[in-house]
Amino acid sequence: MLQSYVPILLLFVLAALFALFSVTIAPYVGPRRYNKAKLDAYECGIEPSPQPVVGGGRMPVAYYLTAMLFILFDIEMVFLYPFAVSADALGLFGLVEIALFIATVGFAYAYVWRRGGLDWN
Amino acid sequence: MLSSAATASVPAATGIAGYAWVLLALPSLGALVLLVGGRRTDAWGHLLGCATVIAAFCYGLALFLSTTGLPPESRVQDLHLYSWLPVNALQVDFGLRIDPLSLTFVLLITGVGALIHVYSIGYMDTDRDRRRFFGYLNLFVASMLLLVLGNGFVTLYLGWEGVGLASYLLIGWYQNRPSAATAAKKAFLMNRVGDVGLALAIFLMFRYLGTTQYTEVFARAGELPSGALLAITLLLLLGACGKSGQFPLQAWLPDAMEGPTPVSALIHAATMVTAGVYLIARANPIYNLSADGRLLVMVIGVVTLMIGCIIGCAYDDIKKVLAYSTVSQIGYMILAVGLGPFGYALGIMHLLTHGFFKAGLFLGAGSVMHGMHDEVDMRRMGGLARYMPITTATFGLAYLAIIGFPGLSGYWSKDAIVEAAFGQPGWHGWVFGGLALVGVGLTAFYMTRLFLLTFFGEKRWENLTTEDGRAYHPHESGPVMTVPMIILAVGSVAAGAFFAVGERLARWLAPSLGTLEVSEQGPLNAAGVSVLSIVFMVVGVALAWLLVGRRPVPVVRPARVSAVVTAARKDLYANAINEALVARPGVWLARALVYVDNKGVDGMVNGTAALLGGSSGRMRRLQTGFVRSYALSMLGGSILVIAALLAVRYG
Amino acid sequence: MSTMVLPTAADPAVSVLAAGLAQVPQMDYRAVLPVLVVLGAACVGVLFEAFLPRPRRWLWQVALTVAALLAAGVALYAYLGDAPAQGVKTFAGTLSIDRPALFLWGTLLVLGLGAVLLIADRSVEPGGYFVAQAAIRPGTQQDRAQAAGANMHTEVFPLALFALGGMMVFCAANDLLTMFVALEVLSLPLYLLCGLARRRRLLSQESAVKYFLLGAFASAFFLYGLALLYGYAGSVKLADIAAAAGGTNRSDTLLFAGLGLLAVGLLFKGSVGPFHTWTPDVYQGAPTPVTAFMAACTKVAAFGGLLRVLTVAFKATSWEWRGVLWAVAIISMVIGAVLGLTQRDVKRMIAYSSVAHAGFLLIGAIALTEQGLSGTMFYLLAYGFTTLAAFAVVGLVRTGEGEATHLSQWAGLAKRSPLLAGVFTFLLLSLAGIPLTSGFVGKFVVFSAALADGMAPLVVIALVMSAVAAFFYLRVIVLMYFSEPAADGPTVTVPGVFTAAAITLGVLVTLLLGVWPAFALDWAGSGGFAL
Repeated sequence: MLQSYVPILLLFVLAALFALFSVTIAPYVGPRRYNKAKLDAYECGIEPSPQPVVGGGRMPVAYYLTAMLFILFDIEMVFLYPFAVSADALGLFGLVEIALFIATVGFAYAYVWRRGGLDWN
Repeated sequence: MLSSAATASVPAATGIAGYAWVLLALPSLGALVLLVGGRRTDAWGHLLGCATVIAAFCYGLALFLSTTGLPPESRVQDLHLYSWLPVNALQVDFGLRIDPLSLTFVLLITGVGALIHVYSIGYMDTDRDRRRFFGYLNLFVASMLLLVLGNGFVTLYLGWEGVGLASYLLIGWYQNRPSAATAAKKAFLMNRVGDVGLALAIFLMFRYLGTTQYTEVFARAGELPSGALLAITLLLLLGACGKSGQFPLQAWLPDAMEGPTPVSALIHAATMVTAGVYLIARANPIYNLSADGRLLVMVIGVVTLMIGCIIGCAYDDIKKVLAYSTVSQIGYMILAVGLGPFGYALGIMHLLTHGFFKAGLFLGAGSVMHGMHDEVDMRRMGGLARYMPITTATFGLAYLAIIGFPGLSGYWSKDAIVEAAFGQPGWHGWVFGGLALVGVGLTAFYMTRLFLLTFFGEKRWENLTTEDGRAYHPHESGPVMTVPMIILAVGSVAAGAFFAVGERLARWLAPSLGTLEVSEQGPLNAAGVSVLSIVFMVVGVALAWLLVGRRPVPVVRPARVSAVVTAARKDLYANAINEALVARPGVWLARALVYVDNKGVDGMVNGTAALLGGSSGRMRRLQTGFVRSYALSMLGGSILVIAALLAVRYG
Repeated sequence: MSTMVLPTAADPAVSVLAAGLAQVPQMDYRAVLPVLVVLGAACVGVLFEAFLPRPRRWLWQVALTVAALLAAGVALYAYLGDAPAQGVKTFAGTLSIDRPALFLWGTLLVLGLGAVLLIADRSVEPGGYFVAQAAIRPGTQQDRAQAAGANMHTEVFPLALFALGGMMVFCAANDLLTMFVALEVLSLPLYLLCGLARRRRLLSQESAVKYFLLGAFASAFFLYGLALLYGYAGSVKLADIAAAAGGTNRSDTLLFAGLGLLAVGLLFKGSVGPFHTWTPDVYQGAPTPVTAFMAACTKVAAFGGLLRVLTVAFKATSWEWRGVLWAVAIISMVIGAVLGLTQRDVKRMIAYSSVAHAGFLLIGAIALTEQGLSGTMFYLLAYGFTTLAAFAVVGLVRTGEGEATHLSQWAGLAKRSPLLAGVFTFLLLSLAGIPLTSGFVGKFVVFSAALADGMAPLVVIALVMSAVAAFFYLRVIVLMYFSEPAADGPTVTVPGVFTAAAITLGVLVTLLLGVWPAFALDWAGSGGFAL
């Protein structure tokens, strides 16, 4: 029974080795041209708020808001796909259920929208 | 269903007995009105409080008279009120048991209770919160009635906790005295120890018999395995020890004297402390089956009666002496019920006579204190007989009764217990009878000392002032206080003969307790024991007279005394022992747990680093605790749980 | 992958996604109507937040929430008469609406109503217990302005409804995945609610973060246990796990490791020691109505879930895990009772008391008999009302800075407010298990169930520990009655209608369940889980 886990284990080992390899090799083969932007924490190209110490900046809250909204609607899409595949079989029942689901996400969207969550500046 | 089979064996209450719930309802209603009504009821609250108890007494009397009219075999009745806890196999009914035993207690509780209520009108006259006091008193009477009237052990437990609570509130009445709060707390805690015992006994009954109602438990007590039987008898005894101030839980009772005197009288004389005796007498079908259980009851009784006597000789505080006297007299009762069929009725008889004379003594002491600016130190009294003639006379009669003066109440009841103890075969007779006899002598000694110190000799108070500088002006109390004392004095004189002649009480109680048996196996016969106990009493009185009556008494108690007196003054080190055995380990356990909980696994892992964090950091740490240490302790717990599960599986 | 054997094709929820062979699942809308009402109202509450102007939100939200709870109660009551005794499984077998589920729903709805009344109160703390704008930095000028102002975050109402809906689903969940989703639905709003106190905001926010981190940690345990059990049984359904455990010779390592991890997640929510560490800090830091909500309702949900998991999925293997939960129960009782003695803050003290009570509850939960089930559920009901009212009372004792929770500030309170002291004393007596209160009956039925199932040593320990715990309740009573009040002591606020109603409800139920518990016991014992 345990043998069926061997491929997974192998994958773990490979992944670890690759990570280790990339991190170790980078300083040796890459050029070293440091500047402030390079030392800052990296998150999707958003600039962190300025802090006195280099590298200690914080991400603006608006960024997380966007991220969460994205994930929310991403998940909606994930659910819509299997529904679309079996829409015929589920018939009216499925349609109503998925409409309710979209409405529920819509409520949250309305809340975020009305309360200024989408005002970028 | 089980309960229907049970009700078949005990007839349902009919006629006047069908309204027995009135007994509970009246004082409960009184308590409710007085405690919820607030200041609006101040003006008439005390009258309502008295009225409910007196009405309950009248009803109890009527019930008693109607029951005496019945043939003995139908004097035991059950009144089913409603099904309290109906869960599958467990059926606990809320019902009342009306039988000679419970009726006897009903009369005692409401009778003495009514007298104490009336007396309290006068005694608590100047207290702003008199109404609340009467509310508590009513609550107490209601709980106590429930305790004795319940028809199952759970109902009894309900009353049991109720009296504990009410007495706690009453003992702590004088809120501005720290000693009162401490005493109340101590009483509550020691009672809790006993309560755990009682609760365990009840659960054991349920475990082995599937019921907790008297009828079924008693009918099927024979089915109990011997180990469980012994455990139940011992746990019931533990409960009795807690409530009745028996060794090793006796220490709270004298401290409970911090309450107002009527409370002391009520709790110590007639009612609450006798609950333990009631419990054992009520459970007589169980105790009849276990000779070992009875033996331990006797041992506890004798040990306690000696402890009470010895300590009673050493105290100068009039209420404390009476309290220890109570401890020892209840020791007699416990000894009596430990004798089994030879003593159940005798224990109850002593309980009743003791109710009269000890209530009389406490009310007398209250009257003395009332006239002496709440002074309790007997060394600061003396020669009060001239100023308080009625108190002296009633107190004197009660005093003669308690020492067992021939013909008075105490003589009949205590003598019978000593005789029955001597009636035990073999060494039991010598040990238990002998110690009971020594107790008679000691009782005579300390009570005579108390009586002489208080009422006779020189007026030591004449040259003294109270703590706040006032002179003493002893005076007799008003009729509200003296009339109850007179009634109790009559009882102290006559009750014993009334109960004992022709075994009137024993025959009346026979439906509940079984027939009183007389043993002839003992080393001494009845006449011999009787003579001996009178001799011991006379010696005790004479000794007291020689030591106290003929010599001047120093106002400040001598510091240089023998080791025995020192030990007695320190309650035979009961508090120290409790402290060492219970309190200290408890504190250590708590400290250890706090350490583990606060610092926890984290403390063990990186304790040193955190300790160096400076004082402010440490303060914050104490306030909040680190999430990482919490998470770590959760992880540790989880690993333990999983490891244990797997260990059980593969171990 | 070949090892990923799909569960039986008869399982519609899974096969829909897997093979596209969709079927319309059985939906008994009438049975789940109470949950739908609560969750639907929560969605409407979100819309209210979006579209109503701020001044009108409070009124609308309160009306909506209370109406939703009442409507859910009515729906539950209407269904009760026709509900089949053995229960129904609906929503493709993910929910099991049986007698225990209905009892727990009723309990949750009533306790939730009490908690919502406390949340809605604006008389005790002007403007309400909740912060006006959570984003304001604590300690600033704006923060002082918001503390004095009359606004509050009215989002707390939909959040409370979401949590309550999650709890209801949690009690009825018939497979572990549904249970996990419900666990998150009930937890996330609670994390947020904990951080919204109007006063002492740093403490409040800290408690929220702590609760979140530890809660996420516990969820991870739950999820990992779920995965292991799936690996063992090839299904997340409780009944399938029971069948697998009963009739195979598969390696039990996965089963017991999975059970252990799952149990940790559940015990954490029920604040059973040693997984209680969050409880004192969070109870202390959270706004008092939220603390009351958590103490009363989360406990019901957690133990409801635990009861179902143990009874439905793991009954066959009970002799193997029971000893371990014995130990956990003992640890919980000892920690709660002994550490309660050392507390100097009322809220922390009640928190430790809840740890001790969790130990008592666990005793009933591991009995796995009808009596144990009904006793535990009765205990949950009784404890919920008592603790709800107790926290409501705690909220009334205040100084200018907010609540006065330090015990020294409670000295002599009986002289300032005899009524409050009397009510609190009564509630403490119930927590201590004195007869004629619901606490006594609860302990009695749970302990006798445990005894009937052969757990005598555990009952002895429980009795001793409840005697120890009685001491710290008593300490508060002593303090209130027998100590001199401090000169600059707290004042007792006269509660408005909402708080007064919640306290009255709690006290009356505590008394009623102590004097006449038969009806609740009957209901609690009217049937077992649907297997």
